[in-house]
Amino acid sequence: MKKVEIVKKILGENEKFALENLFFFTKQKKICLNIISSPGSGKTTILTRTINELKGKIKIGVIEGDIQTDLDAERIRATEAPAVQINTEGACHLSAAQINDALKQLPVEDLDLIFIENVGNLVCPSAFELGESGKIVVLSVPEGDDKPAKYPAIFAKSKALLINKIDLLDGGHVDFDIEKARADARRLNKDIEIFSVSATRGDGMDRWCDWLVKTVAKSASQ
Amino acid sequence: MHEMTVAQSLMTIIAEQAEQNNARPVSVKISCGTLNPVNDEVLSFAFEAIAKDTPCEGVKLQVEHKPIRARCKYCDSNFDIKLSQPECPKCGRDDFELLPDAPLVLEEIEFQTE
Repeated sequence: MKKVEIVKKILGENEKFALENLFFFTKQKKICLNIISSPGSGKTTILTRTINELKGKIKIGVIEGDIQTDLDAERIRATEAPAVQINTEGACHLSAAQINDALKQLPVEDLDLIFIENVGNLVCPSAFELGESGKIVVLSVPEGDDKPAKYPAIFAKSKALLINKIDLLDGGHVDFDIEKARADARRLNKDIEIFSVSATRGDGMDRWCDWLVKTVAKSASQ
Repeated sequence: MHEMTVAQSLMTIIAEQAEQNNARPVSVKISCGTLNPVNDEVLSFAFEAIAKDTPCEGVKLQVEHKPIRARCKYCDSNFDIKLSQPECPKCGRDDFELLPDAPLVLEEIEFQTE
């Protein structure tokens, strides 16, 4: 056998930017949550409802990631929260360098909590660390209760799971076993916080918002 | 599935090296940092899938996971930093510079020799 030393970087600069972002958040005592889900699971609706419910309690800013348009940033700005839109022009995930840049456009010092709404995709964004304090995965009931089992990485890595659109379970229009989804997510991640919500009707949003307030308070006191 | 991207980059480098060394690759050593690690099993799985019917078929991947380092700006010591407790273990101060997380690196290739 012959050993040949190579010592060559396999991937790019993403890690460096992610560390820089993480250090920035740690030093500034800010919480940054990276929201990941399939397209159309209700990430933006969750955010606008959350911002409105937490007005006067915690100050929130948002970095929006989409392939095209600034529609989501506009929806956030309508709540009067600051928002920066990133267009990835086809890329399936946000990179740490894009977040690093976007942070310069947000009034971070005035904020308690920064949400990153990643590009709608349950797979790729989970592999790219952005330097966030934690990942939040959203699963809406029309997607099916088998998603934690089928897409385990993001459920294993996330601090919290929001099961959204539970209002659609009324009347039996959607076949989704909440207990199965919860059990599958917990099997992957025993510490994951799980919130069953309807961001449009408001169900369960109080528990989620209480958790956010506690998470921010804990960070500020550390 | 960034492991697939990693596996493809790996295979390109290994194939180049195999040609240069005119030998069959048997195993490779990879190291990665704490912040953006690769999943060993996923990477091996992705690699096996794309290496099938190529000179890289059967190559074993070994991944070493490294901690994050920092340098104290006060006493100049380098240390493994806990992000939950960001302070210098030697002088207790928190004026430090985070060193870049260990990148994903292809360290070494082992070739079979006749």
